[in-house]
Formats: sequence, structure tokens, C-alpha cells
Amino acid sequence: MLKSEIIFAAVANGLLVGGVYALIALGLTLVYGVLHIINFAHGATLTAAMYAVLICHQAIGLDPYIAVAALAPLFFGLGYFVQRFVIGPASHGDDSNILLVTLGLSIIIENALLAGFRSDTRSIDVPYGFSVVEVGPLLLSLPKLIAFVASFAVAAVLGALLLKTDTGKAIRAVAKEKTGAALMGINVDHIYAVTFGIGAACLAIAACLLMPTYLVNPRSGNAFVLVAFTIVVLGGMGSIGGALAGGLIIGVVESLSGLFLGESLGQIGIFLIFILVLLLRPTGLSGART
Amino acid sequence: MNQVSWTAILGVAAALAAMPIVMTSNVALNFVTFAGIITIAAQGWNILAGYGGQFSFGHAAFFGTGAYAMALLQVRFGVNAWVALPIAIGLGGLVGGLVGLLSFRARLRGSYFALVTLAFAEVFRILANAWTFTGGAAGVLVPLQVGTANMQFADKRMLYWFVLLFVVGGLCLTHMVSRSRFGAQLVAVRENEDAARALGVDTLAVKLKAIVLSAAITATAGSLYAQKFLYLDATIAYGPWISVDALLAPIVGGIGTVFGPLLGAVVLLGFGEVTKTILGNLTGGAIPGIDLVLYGVLLILTVAYAPRGILGLLQGRSSARHGGNP
Amino acid sequence: MNQPLLDVHSVSKAFGGLIAVKDVSFVVRPGTITGLIGPNGAGKTTLFAIISGFERPTEGRIEFDGRDVTTLAPHERAALGIARTFQIVQPFAGLTVRENIAVGAYLRHADRQRVYEKAAEVAGMVGLEPMLDRPASALTVAGRKRLELARALATEPRLLLLDEVLAGLNPSEIRDMIPIIRSVTRAGVTILMVEHVMQAVMSLCEHVHVLAQGSLISEGPPSAVARDPKVIEAYLGHGAASRMQRAGAAHA
Repeated sequence: MLKSEIIFAAVANGLLVGGVYALIALGLTLVYGVLHIINFAHGATLTAAMYAVLICHQAIGLDPYIAVAALAPLFFGLGYFVQRFVIGPASHGDDSNILLVTLGLSIIIENALLAGFRSDTRSIDVPYGFSVVEVGPLLLSLPKLIAFVASFAVAAVLGALLLKTDTGKAIRAVAKEKTGAALMGINVDHIYAVTFGIGAACLAIAACLLMPTYLVNPRSGNAFVLVAFTIVVLGGMGSIGGALAGGLIIGVVESLSGLFLGESLGQIGIFLIFILVLLLRPTGLSGART
Repeated sequence: MNQVSWTAILGVAAALAAMPIVMTSNVALNFVTFAGIITIAAQGWNILAGYGGQFSFGHAAFFGTGAYAMALLQVRFGVNAWVALPIAIGLGGLVGGLVGLLSFRARLRGSYFALVTLAFAEVFRILANAWTFTGGAAGVLVPLQVGTANMQFADKRMLYWFVLLFVVGGLCLTHMVSRSRFGAQLVAVRENEDAARALGVDTLAVKLKAIVLSAAITATAGSLYAQKFLYLDATIAYGPWISVDALLAPIVGGIGTVFGPLLGAVVLLGFGEVTKTILGNLTGGAIPGIDLVLYGVLLILTVAYAPRGILGLLQGRSSARHGGNP
Repeated sequence: MNQPLLDVHSVSKAFGGLIAVKDVSFVVRPGTITGLIGPNGAGKTTLFAIISGFERPTEGRIEFDGRDVTTLAPHERAALGIARTFQIVQPFAGLTVRENIAVGAYLRHADRQRVYEKAAEVAGMVGLEPMLDRPASALTVAGRKRLELARALATEPRLLLLDEVLAGLNPSEIRDMIPIIRSVTRAGVTILMVEHVMQAVMSLCEHVHVLAQGSLISEGPPSAVARDPKVIEAYLGHGAASRMQRAGAAHA
């Protein structure tokens, strides 16, 4: 059977990756918690962000960790714009319409990337791409470790934002009771757009953290987003803590199933968990109210 | 909608049957045959989503099952194509029933249902891509054996008319459903499940029947696809492209109507072809994915401005009186 | 022969720590109009949900015409003859009035022609005939209430549960609805109605049960119940009954 070191390493690796998964899931769960919509374009947006990192690196020579300072605000703006001026108006507030509009967006983004970049897989070369760090008996990949730490840092900042700032309180108000919030003078459309923007910004940050170690092709985002969906459903729609915990769990599960089932079937582990959770406990492990 | 009648269906069928007389080029014939196949897949989706209100984002699961079943029965088991077809359709319906049983028993609705169907389609795709029985990543090739006995028609027009048979069958089936007790109950479930329940509608049974029917119809499209192209792999059979086409066509044409899927498929594919040609000429070569970008835009525009599709727009302008779905 | 049509037997319902219905028992005799009244939050809607099958009781059972229906789903109860309307109207918005009513009629008939005839008939009973081919979304509140009633009637029920069917109607609309409800009983349908509009309860109901804080506190003919001090207290607060008595004596 497999040596325990290999399993250990897989678990550690899974945890590190899980951190970034959590960040990706965070955006999704926030959008769900506030707007009560499932953003089908989440994956495509991540892919777009990853390509943005690619361009920054190849055209301007910008390191991903620096590019984040430009990309996060950019994607925030894009997310704000899209929600405020495309999704919101087009869907007339109808749930199945929103479903279709975000699906439409995902189709557009993914295929625009395909048209622009073709289907080859690309990656960036950074000097620290393969650096490792010794933590106890384990050798951990440096970029992945950075990603892990950064993800939690972002989650913490996000938490603080939601709890302490006025906008954060407005967001929480709208999530709980939209009509009441509107009556209190909160501009719900604006808050919706801000939330969406935050979700997109999280994706931009995640992309910057992922690119040093991952490859990108037009379909990459999908792979990540199904994972994100699984996490969100597992951790409970709208639950930030759930997204974090779920991210770590899924990261480990993916790593282990990749280890035991191999590359091609590894992904199935995630999907099966996804389906199982949806069927058995759609409110997620945390039992968050949907 | 209220104007749909057997006469209208007959008229459309006759007009479509007469097309090969006007269109003689192979390219045109290929196009309309393909459009027919997409129409059938869309008709399946339309029953579940248009009439039943359950939006599936993973109808590829049923299309692919029909396609693989059709191909593998011939290739691995030497079953004759004509025998393989009903079996493949039945298998598609079965898969639909399983997906439906799991999803509806768990009371999944709306986004959750869409998500789970998406997941199922992806699981099938991954499995088909990994399993040697389905040919793995290399796919399945159905050997060329021209002859009516093998459902491989020498005359391309025969294949077109054969596909057309199923398209018209789909029109008839949809029309009959819309005027039946099952159809009325299905639409009630779409509009308000609790109210339907209080009126004696067994909502689980109705939804199950709908998804089985829907899956069987879409599987038929898959089987016909396999028989036309004689090659498939996991991405062709279970890929998102067909899930998208199957849902986009009815939405553009007119969701929850008899002719919507047909109209939508023709418009969509026609649009796609024209765009690919124009842009191809402009940039000196085909651009992958450009037609799908257009589809995405079309989807959003339709949802925003014409939620009842082209037929909805036409109806809104021509009739002064209100009408619901038949 | 005079077996109750509906027998609610020691029904209790708890939602987590909250006890919505506490050991409620009562019967409804066939051919009667019975009222279920009580202040807001008394548990009336929960009780209705339990009787119609949308909720399961934590304890107790429901018997319909001698048959235990406690575990039956709503659609099964509808097939047996229990129909209900909803407090917040739930029309099939995308369908016409005729199509709405037809859904109810399809429970008993399979033929489309027959069903549509039945729908027109029922629409006539509630006065919705002129609106048959209009979309349900075009109806006013009063119209929608009649549609709720019509749909339920189309299922040919033996017991009709009316959940605040008069809520949101203005006085003249209420005056128009009352004879319609009465005509339903004359057609042989037993009615159990939750209602806040007291004039309707007084004029329609032969027998009234009063629910307060989950328990039945009084029952009897409407006039008797209206004078019951326990009922007055439930609506107006503790000590109200004796205060009213003293005030009455002072003015005598």
C-alpha cells in the first residue's frame, strides 16, 4: 500500500490547495448569500482572471503577486458593472432568468477566451515556481504555501469588512432582509453590484495565487468552479465559515482521490460528493438556511 | 400556441419534407439534418423545462447515453442499428428516470436542480472518457456499412427525411402532451407546486414522467447523431455544447411551445453558420468558439427582451386577446 | 350515520421548541359550515396545514370519513375529497382562469372536453364566467379569491378547507362572497373555514371552534362563543371580560 509519507504529503498538499479553493468558493457563497443567485459564470470569470495574470506577466513582465494590486480592483469593477448593468436588468428579478443570464455570460466569456487564446494550455514561469519550504517532515511548495496563507488573510479581511464597515453592514442587511434594507435607504442594486464585485475580486486574487503553479486553458475555470460549487453546497450556501472549512475538506479529498484513482478519475470524487451533498443535504453540513 | 393544430403541424411537416427538392447541395442537406437532430434534442429539453419548469443544464447526459448506446450496441455487440435505436432510446429514458428519481425525491428545484444535472452530465463525460468500453479518449467509430438495413442511407436525403420523421414526431408528441391531462398537471407543477399538490396532482410522479419522456426524446437525438456522424467521443456525446444547444433553441424559439424548439434550432444554427462564415472570411480562417460567444449573447438578449422567444414576440404583436399556454 | 366527516384527534405540532398546536381535538359533521377562529398566532394555519397534509402532526391523528389520513400526502387527500384554499392566493399565473380551474377538474375526469365544460360550470358557480379566457394574473384580489375557491371546488371535494378566503376583501366584496360560500354547502360540500371576518363567521357558521395559543378554548354556536369570557380574554387580553362586565353593569 502507499507509504504514509505519500499520504501525508497528499493531505498537506490538499490543505494548501484547499485554501485557494476556499477563496474561490468564498466569492460564490457571498454572492449566493446576498443575491440568492447561483452565479454560473463564476468559473469562466476565474479563467478570465487567470488569463489576465498571464497577459500581465507575458506582456508587461508583471509578477502575479504584484499584478494582484491592479487586477483585484479591475475585476471588482467588472463584476460591479456586469451585475448592475447586465445581470440585474436582463433578468427582471426572475430566478430562472438569472440562471440563464449567468449561463449566457459563462458561455460568452469561456468562448471569447477560446477565440482569443485558442485551446492550448498555457502557463507562466516564475523564479519561485518550484521553490519548496521545509515545514517539519514535509516539503511544501512555496507558492502553494503563500496561496494558503494569502487566502485566509483575504477571508479575514473580508470578514472584517462585513462586520465593521458600513458597506459590510449594508451587505449583511440586504442578505437578511432585502425589502427592509431598501426601506432603510439602502440602495439594493448598488449593494448587489458591490457584492458581485467582491466575488469577482476574490477570483482575481485567487487567479494571482494560482498561476505560479497551475496551467490555464479556456476550460480551466470550469474545473475550479465545479469544485467551488461543491464546497459551497457542502459548507452551506451563504456560509463563509462553511466555505473555508469546505474548501479544506475538498482540497484534501481531491488530493487523496487523485492519489488513489489517478488523474482522469480523480475529478469524479468531487462530482460524486457534489451530487451526494445536493441530494442528501442541500443546506450543507453547516445547515445554513438557504 | 392556441393556434397550434394538427393542420399546422402537417403543413410544417410537408414544407420541411419538400426542402430537399429545393436544396440539393450536400452542405445544405447536412446543415438541415444537423438542425433536425438539434431540434429533437431541444424538444426533449422543452418538455421538462418549458412545460415542466425544471431547467436542466445537463441534458447532454441523455443525449450522450443515446449516442453511446446506439454506437456501442452496434460496435461491441453486433446489434443491428434498427434494433439498437429503440434500446438506446429506452436507455436514455431510464437514465432520465434515475436522475429524476434522485433529484426530485431530494426535492431539488431551480438552481439546485440545474446544478445537479450539470454534475451528472460531467460525471458521465469523465467516465466515458476514462472507460475502455466506451473507447476512452479515442472514442467510438461506427464502421461504415452503407445500406438501409444498417440505417446508413446511401442517399443523404433519406437520412434527412428519417430525421425529419422524428422531428415531426416530436411536434406531435409535444402537441398531444400540451392537450392532455398530464400536460395540464405538468404545467400546474411549473406554475405552483403547492397549489398543484392541493388540487390532487402527484407532483413527483408528474415530474418523473416528464423527465423520462424528455430524456428519451433527447436520447433519440443522440442516437441519430451517432448514426449520422458515425463517430463520437466523450466531449461530443456528453459535452456542454449539446446541453447549451438543447436549452438555447427552445428559449430563443419560444419556450414551452410546440414549434419553439424547431424555430429556435434553425435560427440559432443558421445564425451560427452565418457568423462563422462572415468572421472566417474577415479573418482568413475559422475562429473556434466564436459562434458560441454569439449564442451566449443571444441567450442574454432573449432573456432580457424576448423571454417568450421569437414565437412570443410574434404572438404579442399579432393577437390582441390574451392567451395562456395550451 | 352521523359519523363525523373530519375527526381531529389529539393533534399536537411542535416546531423545534415552539409548540404551535397543543392537543387539539374536534370534529366536523357532514353538511355543516364550521368556523375555526382565534387571534393571530393561535395556530389555525398550522392546523389547516396538518389537516390538508402539508404538515405532519408531532402527535395525534386525523380521520376523514372514518379513515386515518394522518400520513397521506396532500394530493392523496385531495383524491379522497379534502380540498383547500390558501391564505395567500396561489393562482397559476401563466394560465387562463379556465385552465386554472381545469387542473382541479382533471383530478376527477381525464377527457379534455369534459374537463373544460366542468371548469366553465364551476366558474359560473363563483361568478367568474366572464373571465374564463383571461389570464389569472389579470384578476383582482377578489377575483383571485374566487379562483382559489373555484379550483378547489373543481376537485369535487367532500370537505372544503377555506383559509381566510375573505381576507383582503372590502365590505361589498365580502357581501358578494358570502352567498357563494353558502351555495357551496347547498351543493353538499362540508366547509371548515378559518376566518377573521366576524360578520361572515356569524352569518355562515353553524358551529365555531376557538383556538388560542395552540389550544381549543371554546366551541359552540357563534353567538354563544362570542359571549364566552374566555374568548373575549383571548382577543382582548387578560381581565377584559370582567372589565367589560363591570362596564356593562355600570351602564345598565
